[in-house]
Amino acid sequence: MFDWKWDFTWEILPRLVYATGNTLIAAGAGYVIAVVLGLMLALAQRTPSKALTFTVREFVEFIRSTPLILQIFFVFYVGPQFGIRLSPWMSGMIAIGLHYACYLSEVYRGGIESVPKGQWEAAIALNMTTAQKYRRVIIPQAIPPALAGMGNYLVGIFKDTPMLSVIGVAELIHTANAIGSENYRFLEPYTMVGIIFLAISLPAAGVIRLFEGYVRRKLGL
Amino acid sequence: MLDKTGFPLEMTGEDTPMVSFRKVRKSYGALTVLDDLDLDVSAGEMVSIIGPSGSGKTTVLRMLMTLERINGGVIYVDGQPLTHMPKGGQLVPANERHLRSRRADIGMCFQHFNLFPHMTALENCMEGPVQVLGLSKAEARDRSEELLEMVGMISKKDQHPSRLSGGQQQRVAIARALAMRPKVMLFDEVTSALDPEVIGEVTNVIRQLVSEHNLTMLMVTHQMGFARDISDRVCFFYGGRIEEQGPPAELFGNPQRERTQQFLSAVREAV
Repeated sequence: MFDWKWDFTWEILPRLVYATGNTLIAAGAGYVIAVVLGLMLALAQRTPSKALTFTVREFVEFIRSTPLILQIFFVFYVGPQFGIRLSPWMSGMIAIGLHYACYLSEVYRGGIESVPKGQWEAAIALNMTTAQKYRRVIIPQAIPPALAGMGNYLVGIFKDTPMLSVIGVAELIHTANAIGSENYRFLEPYTMVGIIFLAISLPAAGVIRLFEGYVRRKLGL
Repeated sequence: MLDKTGFPLEMTGEDTPMVSFRKVRKSYGALTVLDDLDLDVSAGEMVSIIGPSGSGKTTVLRMLMTLERINGGVIYVDGQPLTHMPKGGQLVPANERHLRSRRADIGMCFQHFNLFPHMTALENCMEGPVQVLGLSKAEARDRSEELLEMVGMISKKDQHPSRLSGGQQQRVAIARALAMRPKVMLFDEVTSALDPEVIGEVTNVIRQLVSEHNLTMLMVTHQMGFARDISDRVCFFYGGRIEEQGPPAELFGNPQRERTQQFLSAVREAV
């Protein structure tokens, strides 16, 4: 019943390692999009324009209230009907980046709101422009309290990359599926995928905590 | 030239006050904090504002720093309208651009210091000159170090605020405000959050400013002895109005109004 084949395991390992690279690239690229876009979504909700705030707010709520997999399908399969033809990779990065940008915008919002009112007033007293206030005073102080949440979503985006397999991105699950159906053996590939995810997620959480401490010390907080 | 509501578009002449509140009104909803306030402060004058809490004294400074919008009247700084700008012969509420151009004349120190925690003492002082005034790092450093020297904080210049005591933080905050070379300095209860034993190190810095510099200063304080020592004039606020004002010797020594007498005797009993 339980016949684990080591030779088969070693044979498929190179393909899985290669796919791990793809998974990390997908998670990394998606996260970069999410980090940048998320900050823009957070700041867009703080302009004097009530209409812009409302629109962005509703958009964020909409994305957060619908499944990621639906958003992936939408970008990849519905996009072409509007003349937007994107590769699986491109569609996947946009969908996952956007999805996590919305979550991260909430993390940033919390961070920005945690900066004391007196810091804004000191920035006004120094006659700073709005951009200077955010860039020099508010965001540097909003990031440390946001780091824990940002780290959680980094691990989250990594664990959500298998969703990209549904549109044919050759990440870990997609590769494990392929190996399984070629060889009629699923135990080894899926087990290895689980181990690989665990081996990356667990240390990542620790590294993020260390990084958080480092940033706080660096900023003198 | 006057605008149609009777406010001058600008104030000219030799005796133009450095700061002028004209019929300034401030309210939060139905609550009126300041009612038709008229207050002139001459260039180089040190004016202390005293009064019970809720009398509107801190609001005066916050409006002048443009941290609060006013609901009526006009504030002038150095003859130019601060809260308003001239447009087609009328005064209209100032936009951000106008505020930025006028705000450069004013500096402020806060009760809770409000230093930037992610910057060292020196970086706090250099921030405004480099980012806002566009000075080179070297120029800003020279200017900041000179001021940190003056407030006795040069030995702590590379410390972050979290490593400094309240008195030390407040002295750095004074240096940070002065580094912008304002014409008017505002001190908002700068000793109220300090432990009693370090109040002196902050008041000594302000004393030094008064005697050695020709800055115009407005100070809200609960320290009557200090206000009496260093002020050219003391204003007693009550219920959103100036109840009584005059040279410190007169206001403290021979207050005319009943409310001033009550307030001063209450403060003395507390000590």
